[in-house]
Amino acid sequence: MTELAIKADKISKKFGQFTAIENISLRINKGSIYGFLGPNGCGKSTTIRTLTGLLSPTSGDIEVLGLKIPEDADKLRFKIGYMTQKFSLYEDLTVEENLKFIGNIFALGKKELQERCQEQLATYGLNHLKNQIVSGMSGGQKQRLGLACATMHKPELLFLDEPTSAVDPENRRDFWEKLFDLSEAGTTILVATHYMDEAERCHKLAIMESGQMRADDTPEALMAQMGVNIVEIKTPGLRKLKLKLMEQDEVRSAAQLGVRLRVLIYQSIKKPVQWLLSNFPELEYAELEQVRPTLEDVFVAVTGKGRQ
Amino acid sequence: MKSLIRIKAIMLKELRQLSRDRLTFAMVVMIPLIQLVLFGFAINTEIRNIPVGLVDSSQTYHSRLLTESVKATQVVKFGHYYQTAEQAKQAIQTGEIKAALIIPADFEQRLAQNRALAQWMVNGSDSILSATILGLQRMPFIPDYKTRNLPNQGKTFEVTLFYNPSRKASINIVPGLLGVILTMTMVLFTSIAIVRERERGNLELLITTPVSPLELMIAKIIPYIFVGLLQVIIILGLGHLLFSVPINGSLIQIFLGSLLFIAASLTLGLIISTLAQTQLQAMQMTIFIILPSILLSGFMFPYEGMPILAQWIAEVLPATHFMRMIRGIVLRGADLIDLWHDSLWLASFTILGILVAAKRFKKSLD
Repeated sequence: MTELAIKADKISKKFGQFTAIENISLRINKGSIYGFLGPNGCGKSTTIRTLTGLLSPTSGDIEVLGLKIPEDADKLRFKIGYMTQKFSLYEDLTVEENLKFIGNIFALGKKELQERCQEQLATYGLNHLKNQIVSGMSGGQKQRLGLACATMHKPELLFLDEPTSAVDPENRRDFWEKLFDLSEAGTTILVATHYMDEAERCHKLAIMESGQMRADDTPEALMAQMGVNIVEIKTPGLRKLKLKLMEQDEVRSAAQLGVRLRVLIYQSIKKPVQWLLSNFPELEYAELEQVRPTLEDVFVAVTGKGRQ
Repeated sequence: MKSLIRIKAIMLKELRQLSRDRLTFAMVVMIPLIQLVLFGFAINTEIRNIPVGLVDSSQTYHSRLLTESVKATQVVKFGHYYQTAEQAKQAIQTGEIKAALIIPADFEQRLAQNRALAQWMVNGSDSILSATILGLQRMPFIPDYKTRNLPNQGKTFEVTLFYNPSRKASINIVPGLLGVILTMTMVLFTSIAIVRERERGNLELLITTPVSPLELMIAKIIPYIFVGLLQVIIILGLGHLLFSVPINGSLIQIFLGSLLFIAASLTLGLIISTLAQTQLQAMQMTIFIILPSILLSGFMFPYEGMPILAQWIAEVLPATHFMRMIRGIVLRGADLIDLWHDSLWLASFTILGILVAAKRFKKSLD
């Protein structure tokens, strides 16, 4: 049996009339990378803040690293690292000063602090920026510094709230390499994101929408379980076809991707390509191909129920 | 021990940020400088060429010599001449002249008897002006060899102050200014201290670390104590150099007194900082502290003359206690033990304030 880093049961958080999150239950294994995928305002940040003890839940039970939250939040602070959505280090201090500040806040010994600083500077490629004032640095550099500071005290559990929202794809890939290194070393990582490619890298994933958890599993399982088959159609007159397809009860949704139309058809239809050809004569000369689902399809399939 | 490391870390960070924030740093130095120069010139006691009148009923060689001696001080300028004291008094009342020198008919006799030689009639409503003329009171006057071995023991002049015989303020302004400047800068700096971290997003990170509220509050205050003491040195030092402000009390007492007041003001700012959501709000709240501190603390108007309600409000403000205290120290040479009521109040205010601020500062975002 694997140990749990986070165990949450039916947590809800209300701000006055507004329910930010509702009945969220989580089991996160130690050493895993767990993702929260969802649009802005779906309650990802609120969930993270509740789990760290920054917000106290309106109802529900939380246990993080064996500590009751929010009661034992003070003890938890020594064990977790937290990277906020907005860059939250001191813009008017240098890279090294920020690192040392955080190290001192966690009361590292003098020698340990020095060593940790060197290590972190090297690991996150910040050596040449050591004396750079943070406000002049790029998004990618700031984010590397953020991670370096958040892991300064070697936390067991790392919370990352949309860590790569201000970062280009290349830097994002590098960033994830660092996360995998940390995970390999035993750190549990909880990351909130609205990028599909990032979500796909997580060991396990929760898809959130308007404060509720819509799905929770490994990306592969989510794709396998989504209950629809996907057919890509390449033909002229896609806009008209899309409208027509959407009227069918068997069609979950249809989305245009360039010259192709991606159609999600419920699995009640066993052979979706034949079904399409027999029901829509205009597709006689079109190219039809059943394809592998992506996480985006999962996302579309489990969310947006009230949207269409 | 760990607590100390953390407090030190925040203090160091605070000082670094301060040294890089040019505007705030400029405020540390410029506010006392500008205020001192502005107020300094307004309270300039080295007044010259006050327009005065002369009534010389004696009309002797010696009386003219006396007039010339007074002229030589350059303090006054004789522009008007009157026949009688009554006319001169009238001129003062109409505002034609600020003061008049009345040399009586028995001047020679007074000189021989070594009595006060003449009289100044002064419009005393301007306390600075009357202070200046009072400065002439003991002007040495040795007309010739005959009287040299009989040096003028008493006053050369009698001075009569009209309209404001008790001659308030003037010297009171200087130590008072110390209180006003410190209130302004100290409360402002710390009122922004926590709000700024909140606005810049630093706070969300800081509260997920093991820093305790009390550690944070203490560490936020200490760097500014040094800033405050720097300002005290600037104000008193420059005041002494530029405007010859007398510093009668012991420097240690002034230093300790200022320290008490600085700590109290910083704490007040810290409480504001835990109340305000934005830096703008913090500024606005600060104004609510600064205004009564200037108007009610006894800096501008004597405390004793204020209505009871205003006195009660004033009694709550650290500035009021500081005004009383620092004037006692600077002017009467008193010490903190003599002024135990005010010292104790400021110290209690500080301790209580830090606790309130730490209590108000929650380590959560609810």
